[in-house]
Amino acid sequence: MRRAATRDRSTAGALAALGVLLLSLFFLLADPGTARAASAGCAADAATGCINGTIRTADQQPAVGVVLDVDGPGGASSATTDAEGRWTVAVTAAGEYTVTLDVATLPAGETLRDPAGNPRTVTVALGSSTGALFPLGAPPAGGSGGSDDAGADPEPGSTAPADGEVGAPTGSSDSGSFSWGRLAQQASSGLVFGVLLALASVGLSLIYGTTGLSNFAHGEQVTLGAIVAYVAVQSFGLPLLVAGVIAVLVGAASGWVQDAGIWHPLRKRRVGTTQQMIVTIGLSMALQYTYQFFFGGGALRIVTTTPTMVTLGPVRISATSLWSLLIAAVVLAGVAYFLLGTRVGRATRAVSDNPALAAASGITVDRIVRLVWILGAALAALGGVLMGLYLNATSWNMGGALLLLMFAAVTLGGLGQAFGALAGSIVIGLVVEMSNLVIPSDMRYAGALLILILVLLLRPQGILGRAERIG
Amino acid sequence: MDWSRILVNVAGEIFAPTTAAYALAAIGLNVHFGLTGLLNMGQAGFMLLGAYGFAISTIAGWPLWAAVLVAIACAAVFGLLLGIPTLKLRGDYLAIVTIAAAEIVRLVGRSTALTELTGASSGLRGNSYKDTFQDASPFPDGTVALGPFEYAMNASNSWWVRIVGWAVVALACLLIWLLIRSPWGRVLKGIREDEDAVRSLGKNVYSYKMQALVLGGVIGAVAGIIYVLPRAVQPDSMGRPMTFFVWTILLLGGAATVFGPVLGSIIFWVSLMLIKSVMRVGVPESIMRTEQIEQFGWIVVGVTLMLLVIFRPQGILGDKKELAIDVR
Repeated sequence: MRRAATRDRSTAGALAALGVLLLSLFFLLADPGTARAASAGCAADAATGCINGTIRTADQQPAVGVVLDVDGPGGASSATTDAEGRWTVAVTAAGEYTVTLDVATLPAGETLRDPAGNPRTVTVALGSSTGALFPLGAPPAGGSGGSDDAGADPEPGSTAPADGEVGAPTGSSDSGSFSWGRLAQQASSGLVFGVLLALASVGLSLIYGTTGLSNFAHGEQVTLGAIVAYVAVQSFGLPLLVAGVIAVLVGAASGWVQDAGIWHPLRKRRVGTTQQMIVTIGLSMALQYTYQFFFGGGALRIVTTTPTMVTLGPVRISATSLWSLLIAAVVLAGVAYFLLGTRVGRATRAVSDNPALAAASGITVDRIVRLVWILGAALAALGGVLMGLYLNATSWNMGGALLLLMFAAVTLGGLGQAFGALAGSIVIGLVVEMSNLVIPSDMRYAGALLILILVLLLRPQGILGRAERIG
Repeated sequence: MDWSRILVNVAGEIFAPTTAAYALAAIGLNVHFGLTGLLNMGQAGFMLLGAYGFAISTIAGWPLWAAVLVAIACAAVFGLLLGIPTLKLRGDYLAIVTIAAAEIVRLVGRSTALTELTGASSGLRGNSYKDTFQDASPFPDGTVALGPFEYAMNASNSWWVRIVGWAVVALACLLIWLLIRSPWGRVLKGIREDEDAVRSLGKNVYSYKMQALVLGGVIGAVAGIIYVLPRAVQPDSMGRPMTFFVWTILLLGGAATVFGPVLGSIIFWVSLMLIKSVMRVGVPESIMRTEQIEQFGWIVVGVTLMLLVIFRPQGILGDKKELAIDVR
């Protein structure tokens, strides 16, 4: 009787938590005009560089379906301009690339303004994007009245060095030139980044707390959310809101499947947590390459429209980021209420504290763990969608790149402490973005990881952890 | 591509320099994990540091022996720095810290701020640091064919790299064999089995763990040198996946055994090559593109790692009773 009641409550609790998650996504589309993604970005990462550009006809219309061939040290590939005249090629080796525009594929009546500029050679560095310009229209000497920028522009900011792993958010690259305006700008980016990171790391922390497992495959849950949203928007043409809901649902389902299919049987077999941790590493590797298998190594942009920028005092921030911040804050508040205010939440914290004692006092530990997996994976998927929007693009290794930052956040807050993960994420977010002010931007993830090591040296239990012997 | 060519390619992997480098890296990891029970998830960081130390000091004009010493010193210092904060903590903390530290090495190495020194993300070209090693070869230049295998004697992906690489692997195996039988090795195994019991015998557990971490890391650094000799120092090719491959190799062959890492490395690379070349011939382009075959290979590696740890954690050569992977 009592057990049945608990089950009902736990189901209700799970539904309530998911409801909060889903509801909050409605905010995302509350303003469809602004809740679109940010400027063209390229998920240039550690192993990828990008060459891109926009081709417009002489009368400023996008030139669709133009084929460009790229050849260089990373091999040959080709790209076709999309509905907005944009094209991107991801390359995996740095060096000189020859970009050839196939003149036969230009829209009828269009010619290159400068035929000598085709093919064009560009130098590509890994981790950044390079623009290649192919202006169309009559030669300027013809005096057609077209201004110089009538042709193709490399996309805004596309030549700025991209960030170490994922697409460059808002930070500018030149370090050293300090100003209060930049400080405010970086701090606000850091806050957004930290809160989005928190969505993912709270799940990681809850899973660690209840099962003792350091889940190295959690980053792939983040990528899963972003990729599902990408597929829903780009392949099925669904609105972003629906895509986000689907992503969170798929994330939750994947959490259930993972626990039911892998982790629950392993716990039953009494496989040690270290062994399980190595299993998560294998899983992470398999999942990452599965994503790459199906979606390739390039950047996947969930939405492709230009963002609306909002100016708040000294800070310029995209409307998408503001909505993401709001959604993340509401969801995190929901999670906090779930943990503090509901019976299931209290049971979760009890299991986190001492599984044996929790089991002895009538809590079904396995059910709580299952719930935590579902909740953690759903939160990670939401974090993935929002992070994919914030970074302008996602890619097969986005989650993998964020994983260590999540671990840094979780360790900083105290392993297994859900609120610690929240505080830790915001600190890590601020550090990552604000370290731009003093160190080169491609080293900023290293700064965050250094903090992780220093925390372990000075305060291994984390900010909110209790001082007890760990080890 | 016909079948005999595939067979030659696959058989060539048995003694390829990459196989030797990974075997050596796995031997280093074996000192950490197999003997001492340390969860080092940053072996690629040690390898990358070794590669950088060797390449940069060679480019600076140092002789071969000095460059190797620099690589070893880099790894030793790195091991000390990692060990100080983490060896007193529980095992998974070391895992998180080592993986983060390896990432730091890679991120700093590929940073544009150090382009002068490390060549940033495009790395250091092989020809800029290979000369001292190739000059040390006692063999005449030219191409030598041994049966179906034909490689240059000294240049780049050569017989000389293979000879030196496998000689070092053999030396490392001998070292491990001697260590396992020595009192020092017995203390390490004691730490792996029950740290508190060893502590109660009056041994300084922290110091023993530190020695194991540094020794395994140094072996990893030498592996890094062998790994980059036939190619270039590319920070992004020596990231987390590399560490995970080394783990798969160690667990495949069998942790806490002398020949496990070597056997694991050979099986790993041979089967990877076999899967890839057979699929390239057998699977039509319309079903799987060439780069997808590459990724398929890595998916297989990931799944293998999972299955190995769940169903046969002792690997091929290991003894289940001896090795219980568990958190301490």
